Amino acid sequence: MSGPSTYEPKSGITRWLDRRLPILRLTHDSFVAYPTPRNLNYWWTFGAMLSLCLIVQIVTGIVLAMHYVPHIDMAFASVQRIDRDVPFGWLIQNIHSVGASMFFLAVYIHMFRGLYYGSYKAPRELLWILGCIIYLLMVATGFLGYTLPWGQMSFWGATVITNLLGALPLVGESIKNWLMGGFSVDQPTINRFFSLHYLLPFVIAGVVALHVWALHEAGQNNPVGVDVKSKADTVPFTPHATIKDLFATTLFVILFAVFVFYMPDALGHADNFIPANPLQTPPEIVPEWYLLPFYAILRAFDFNIGPIDSKLAGVLAMFASIGVLFILPWLDTSRVRSMRYRPIARQFFVIFVVVCVFLGWCGGQNPGNILLKAGQFTATLSWVAEGQLSERSIEAPTAAQWQETADAAEAEARSQGADMTAVTRTGETTGTIRVVTGGNPELQTVEASTPDLLEEHIAEMKAEVGQAAPFYTVVRSLPPRFTVTNFSQVLTLYYFLFFLVILPILGLRERPDRVPDTIAKPIAQGAP
Amino acid sequence: MLRAISAAAVLVLAGVGVAWAAVHGEEPEKYPFSFESPVGSYDMAAVQRGFQVYNQVCANCHSMNHLAYRHLGEEGGPFALYMVQNEETHQPEPHVGRPEHGGEFVEVTDNPYVRAIAQSHMITDIDPNSGQPTDRPGRISDRFRRPFPNEIAARASNGGAAPPDLSVITHARHGGAPYVRSLLMGYDGQTRGTLHHNPYFPGGWLAMAPPLADGAVPYADTETPQTVEQYATDVATFLQWAADPHMEARKRLGIVVLAFLLALSGLLYLAYKQVWRGESH
Repeated sequence: MSGPSTYEPKSGITRWLDRRLPILRLTHDSFVAYPTPRNLNYWWTFGAMLSLCLIVQIVTGIVLAMHYVPHIDMAFASVQRIDRDVPFGWLIQNIHSVGASMFFLAVYIHMFRGLYYGSYKAPRELLWILGCIIYLLMVATGFLGYTLPWGQMSFWGATVITNLLGALPLVGESIKNWLMGGFSVDQPTINRFFSLHYLLPFVIAGVVALHVWALHEAGQNNPVGVDVKSKADTVPFTPHATIKDLFATTLFVILFAVFVFYMPDALGHADNFIPANPLQTPPEIVPEWYLLPFYAILRAFDFNIGPIDSKLAGVLAMFASIGVLFILPWLDTSRVRSMRYRPIARQFFVIFVVVCVFLGWCGGQNPGNILLKAGQFTATLSWVAEGQLSERSIEAPTAAQWQETADAAEAEARSQGADMTAVTRTGETTGTIRVVTGGNPELQTVEASTPDLLEEHIAEMKAEVGQAAPFYTVVRSLPPRFTVTNFSQVLTLYYFLFFLVILPILGLRERPDRVPDTIAKPIAQGAP
Repeated sequence: MLRAISAAAVLVLAGVGVAWAAVHGEEPEKYPFSFESPVGSYDMAAVQRGFQVYNQVCANCHSMNHLAYRHLGEEGGPFALYMVQNEETHQPEPHVGRPEHGGEFVEVTDNPYVRAIAQSHMITDIDPNSGQPTDRPGRISDRFRRPFPNEIAARASNGGAAPPDLSVITHARHGGAPYVRSLLMGYDGQTRGTLHHNPYFPGGWLAMAPPLADGAVPYADTETPQTVEQYATDVATFLQWAADPHMEARKRLGIVVLAFLLALSGLLYLAYKQVWRGESH
């Protein structure tokens, strides 16, 4: 809303209205005459798509709420009823569930756009922070909504996430029980999740209004990142931006429709078609695709950090990964907004995008999966077949001397010609020593691609040899390996380095390319 | 640097592929189901035969709680009834399943086939006169008859493992209909206690005994082979229909919507070009 209003009421009614409630003037100034930089590219059309997504989700959601039953025994069946019996219920339900994914797809592109072109820098810090709040609310709404069909993934996702909050010190347990409405995910949980899932979209709509307000106060950023200096730099919002947004949004809706009509379940998980069963944990618990990067960050912490245990560390890191976005305007020290003129920052940005995609990939994998390993996992079993087995008990004078006594007993047995010995401790100072004399010493090596499979092969080998060998010596060789968790750790490290180290330091040290003086100038020169 | 990243990514993905195969069951056998392509529809004869297999075999243990008998005769259902003009006599004749051309849909309440199917099942209900539990012939509004009154009974009768509900089974299993088909054909005869080996089942051992045998379900249509493979294919097709009964309507509407959107985007593109003509940007 830069400059004075150019709205002129044309009829008696609009003049009457304009004196009393200048809503048409506001609309005209905000969405018609509003000057937009003329060099905006297609990455600037996602705001329109996001508005559409919010409206679509609210409208379809209100219809679904007319048919949905928030009850642990009936929720799953009510969703089935919507899909089967409600006229066009299958369409509305598909639009709503696919719509959530499309919403997040658009918001991620919108956010990466803001990152690349420095749209968070002064004077747009609040605009960016309001956007982060919207995103946070979207995450909460998406999570709450995913629990409502009350399938296996709904139930176990809700259980995992509420339990995570329980890891917070002091208040965690209270927050957890308050969210669940009891001590486990149950009827009170689904009731309050439904209530909140219905409420939050309207909160989002309110924050979106603030977001748009802040946008129109500061004006849009643009690909070159320099401020609008004159009228030559801008075009009126309508028709120029409107028609471009409409065109791009239609392409987006085509993608949306392809999913709704041809792959409605492609983005969901098969387990959510199994009704929730609190007694049966699914083989893998994963959130929806749009939360997978944060899930990977959460699970990257499989180690304790001093007094902070791994679970709390993961939860804190997960929140920090979104929290860091809020302070981004003050972390990036560069005075150049657009990365178009920051050759080094641009490379780090590309890596950052790739890292986020791979974090998402890691979030969907079993954390123990081995990506790279130095060699096969092997174990050597040695035993003595067909020997004479004898057994006697041994006793140490004190518990401290146990090891000594055991070693001595073994040494003695070997000196008497034993081929193999084994000591089992049965108490503080007591134990048995088993000795095999005579027979044939045998050796067998087993090999496997994972440690779990190796243990399986060892067990199989023991079963095969069976009673012929009273006991075994097993020597395992486990070469170093690189698992999904290790990969997530590397990626998580980069994620935080990017914001906390690279952007602050790079902004001070990087020599940016020459930034054009005005928006209109590079256009006139025909530069990209 | 980007080249190094993509090379690393390829390595990682290759490693994961190997690890994945070990945990999950064998990849289901591919089968060219008629419903798989974006324009594919259900082979309604197969859905009808599949219902017969379900009804005579699966239904002894597996419920389908989200389906009612009326669903069989609704538009898009396997026993939907249409009146079709006979070309010679010009008299309307009944036709089960969507006819190739024309045909007037007969409401499911007037569908004698669905009524007969419903009436052939005894449904437990409360006697309206005495208030006592009683069995009565099914109505088309009834849900499919449950083989067990509750889950505890289902578990008790099946060695501790309750047979899963089949209403959305092809959605609820990785691999969908091909998985169901492969599983039904995949028994290799090994047993361990009450468990049966099947390479397609995650973990390899399941409680369900091989349910199908050659010739077990007599098809009225004698040209269709009565083999385990045919039964498995038909019942997988039926279960896919049961999980996704509006698929044909969905795909039909999708074509219209996409055609409209493509035309609209073309027009908007032209409008965009027109508006921005002469504006440097």
